[in-house]
Amino acid sequence: MARVPPDFTKTLLFLTCQIRLKNKNSDLTMYQIVEKESFSEKVVKLVVHAPRIARARKPGHFIILRIDEQGERIPLTIAQADKNAGTITLVVQKVGVSSTRLCEMNPGDSILDLVGPLGKATHIHQAGTILACGGGVGIAPLLPIVEGFKKAGNRVVTVLAARSKDLIILEDEIRQWSDEVIIMTDDGSYGNKGLVTTGAEEVINREQIDECVAIGPAVMMKFTALLTKKYNIPTQASLNAVMVDGTGMCGACRANVGGETKFTCIDGPEFDAHKIDFDELIQRLGGYMAEEKEAWEQANG
Amino acid sequence: MKEYLKIERDTEWRVELRSQLKNKERTMRERVVMPGLDPLERIKYQDREVNLGLDEASARAEASRCMDCVNPTCIEGCPVSINIPKFIKNIERGEVLEAAKTLKETSALPAVCGRVCPQEKQCEAQCFYTLKLKKEPVAIGYLERFAADYEQNSGAVSVPETAAKNNIKVAAIGSGPASLSFAGDMAKLGYDVTVFEALHEIGGVLKYGIPEFRLPNRVVDVELESLENMGVKFERNFIVGRTASFDDLKEEGYQAFFVASGAGLPRFMNIPGENYNGILSSNEYLTRVNLMHAAEKEFDTPVLRGKNIAVVGGGNTAMDSVRTAKRLGAERAMIIYRRSREEMPARVEEVLHAEEEGIEFLNLTNPVEYFADENGRVNRMRVQKMELGEPDASGRRRPVVVEGSEYDIPVDVVVVAIGVSPNPLVPSELPELKVSRWGTIEVDPETMQSSIPELFAGGDIVRGGATVILAMGDGRKAAAGMNNYLQGKLKEQATEASGN
Ligand SMILES: Cc1cc2nc3c(=O)[nH]c(=O)nc-3n(C[C@H](O)[C@H](O)[C@H](O)COP(=O)(O)OP(=O)(O)OC[C@H]3O[C@@H](n4cnc5c(N)ncnc54)[C@H](O)[C@@H]3O)c2cc1C
Ligand SMILES: Cc1cc2nc3c(=O)[nH]c(=O)nc-3n(C[C@H](O)[C@H](O)[C@H](O)COP(=O)(O)OP(=O)(O)OC[C@H]3O[C@@H](n4cnc5c(N)ncnc54)[C@H](O)[C@@H]3O)c2cc1C
Ligand code: SF4
Ligand code: FES
Repeated sequence: MARVPPDFTKTLLFLTCQIRLKNKNSDLTMYQIVEKESFSEKVVKLVVHAPRIARARKPGHFIILRIDEQGERIPLTIAQADKNAGTITLVVQKVGVSSTRLCEMNPGDSILDLVGPLGKATHIHQAGTILACGGGVGIAPLLPIVEGFKKAGNRVVTVLAARSKDLIILEDEIRQWSDEVIIMTDDGSYGNKGLVTTGAEEVINREQIDECVAIGPAVMMKFTALLTKKYNIPTQASLNAVMVDGTGMCGACRANVGGETKFTCIDGPEFDAHKIDFDELIQRLGGYMAEEKEAWEQANG
Repeated sequence: MKEYLKIERDTEWRVELRSQLKNKERTMRERVVMPGLDPLERIKYQDREVNLGLDEASARAEASRCMDCVNPTCIEGCPVSINIPKFIKNIERGEVLEAAKTLKETSALPAVCGRVCPQEKQCEAQCFYTLKLKKEPVAIGYLERFAADYEQNSGAVSVPETAAKNNIKVAAIGSGPASLSFAGDMAKLGYDVTVFEALHEIGGVLKYGIPEFRLPNRVVDVELESLENMGVKFERNFIVGRTASFDDLKEEGYQAFFVASGAGLPRFMNIPGENYNGILSSNEYLTRVNLMHAAEKEFDTPVLRGKNIAVVGGGNTAMDSVRTAKRLGAERAMIIYRRSREEMPARVEEVLHAEEEGIEFLNLTNPVEYFADENGRVNRMRVQKMELGEPDASGRRRPVVVEGSEYDIPVDVVVVAIGVSPNPLVPSELPELKVSRWGTIEVDPETMQSSIPELFAGGDIVRGGATVILAMGDGRKAAAGMNNYLQGKLKEQATEASGN
């Protein structure tokens, strides 16, 4: 017998592709987008059919999805879930190729792969008064945490911050679970003019705060952590590290927490904000900048 | 076992075949050379298999070297005791499909094992040629691959007979070689098997780790197809313990579990500068390239490229990473290994192939620190020279630092391939599960049963980083163990019912 002729290999490849397709079709409604809402030009809410995850998830959990065969695996927080409808809500901000492609998907479209819930759930407990700080798209992951703390009987004061009015998202949902909401915008187009830390410090000076949660861009979390450290307020921050598998297998998401290397996907994403090396995180987030830019240019001609 | 081997050896055709050629003539023949792609050509492609495989004539010639020993020591070197002379003699007489069948009596994935087993440490190390004649062993690995490929390509891949369905649901967790062989055996016994995989691809390390230039995906896919034909179900994107808990699955009717979640957690050295950009684990590097196709233009996932790429380690993972780096265009792709070539755990063939491809080996060298540019991207690594001292617990000579031997090497990507730890996902979900100090699941070595009666385990999650063939062997043992357990339980229930 001679070696495998090349076209035979092709046939085999073709056959195996067919098998994959067959499998995928059998669960057609899996990870289907059932609802979409645009919060702004850059931020979109997607409700996705994922019944098992809707059942299993807790505040603080996230998922990893892959739009299609060519897509990368990107992590997104589960902002809300509806067990009965079997859906989870994602809030996505366009920052690069994958998030933009996801934002362009519509109800009826299906996401190829979606796995979760990942990460450790937020430690929700009765603490007294909680200061919740959300920046930009970080407001989405903050929502289930605010809801959890409120339901656990805490007083919750929330500070939402963004560059401008149209980037303040989920305000009504957040209000539903907060005793008070303070809005800060960089340009003063809504709420008060100033950074999240300005709003937070006012609250801290005004009343006893027992715990703080901060989620948003790394820089915002860094300065919030510096502030609460000054006042000795225990603070959790949720790291948005670069991820691949989300199961502890690759180490792309490693972060330095209190001098130890931690994997954000399995040890986090929330850590003691006073121990996080934010400068290293910020540096690591830029790790694939050149390559991402190339992918972006590729995708946009 | 011995009896059985003897009976087989005495079958008429084997006796006849032995008489056709004198042993003297057999031992005069030279070991076959595996045809391969030209090194300069092959480093342009990530997905072209380096070894091309034997053709029938050279396979039969190689098979004729085997003397069909009275006491086939090769079998003792094989972790799953493949009846090696029987399959080889089948090749010699031209009954290649029979040879493939012989392989499948004991090995679930011969086309994979023929390619990735460290034969030089196993069967071939124990071959009469190696032990007594001090000659090159029979090329057992090449022949295994030949027979398995022949069957795959003949289109005559036999769907193994399966017993009548017993409608007992069992789950396999992870989809690496341990699970695949477990699933095959359980399906044959009539069980309703579902394999759960966290990633979006089935195959475990065979897909995300080992590159296509060593193990083409189609070889694995043929096996997956055959499992599907046997009724095995696959659930991708499903993390047992997360997407659903063990209790959820029990409620859904799963009676027993086989955990083969692998040794996925990459280790780092914890030296200064290791978290700079451009320094990553081999798992991340290989996953980006193999699973996410990052090197191909149409795919979104990025991968770091560089001129000077250093890979730290001396195992298969290190070789796979450094050869991948070469294929992605590195001008200087180097191995930094703290011991010498003799101690390298990688398959000898991979080291040879790497050398042919122009990989630089900086042996007896160890990294101590990394330095970065103003953007935090690594640009230099400091290494120190080592020398070999007394043997350590593993029997290998311990590397000792040569004082004052430090020097710097310019690098723009560093891949750390110094080993993996057991995947903590499953143990962390089951506090009552007994695990070792190293995080491996403790099992009865015969039945693979864990401290939780309905939970069995095998492969790297039990052994730490091991091999494909050991993982596969565990899967088969666990299938037998679980079958006994479940049948025993059924009987108990039956007697209880009749007693009432
Ligand atoms: C646990 C976790 C939860 C997350 N939850 C959400 C969420 O609910 N909603 C949401 O919109 N995003 C969330 N993110 C961030 C989201 O995963 C990234 O925005 C997304 O992966 C970017 O992919 P891209 O291809 O669109 O952009 P890329 O092309 O990968 O990147 C574009 C630019 O964004 C920067 N960037 C890349 N990754 C990140 C990141 N993780 N954080 C900040 N900047 C980054 C890059 O440096 C680059 O400059 C989360 C991240 C993590 C780790
Ligand atoms: C790069 C590389 C090269 C190698 N080369 C060789 C070689 O040449 N020869 C050789 O013999 N061995 C080699 N090995 C080792 C060999 O691949 C492993 O020993 C073998 O694959 C272990 O098999 P396994 O079935 O235990 O698990 P794995 O193959 O590790 O598969 C485990 C799977 O379980 C999944 N999983 C984990 N947790 C869960 C969960 N909770 N739910 C669902 N799924 C889960 C993981 O995603 C993974 O896919 C190599 C390993 C690597 C990394
Ligand atoms: S030891 Fe070598 S020569 Fe003897 S039966 Fe085994 S493969 Fe053949
Ligand atoms: S994303 Fe791979 S280890 Fe965390």
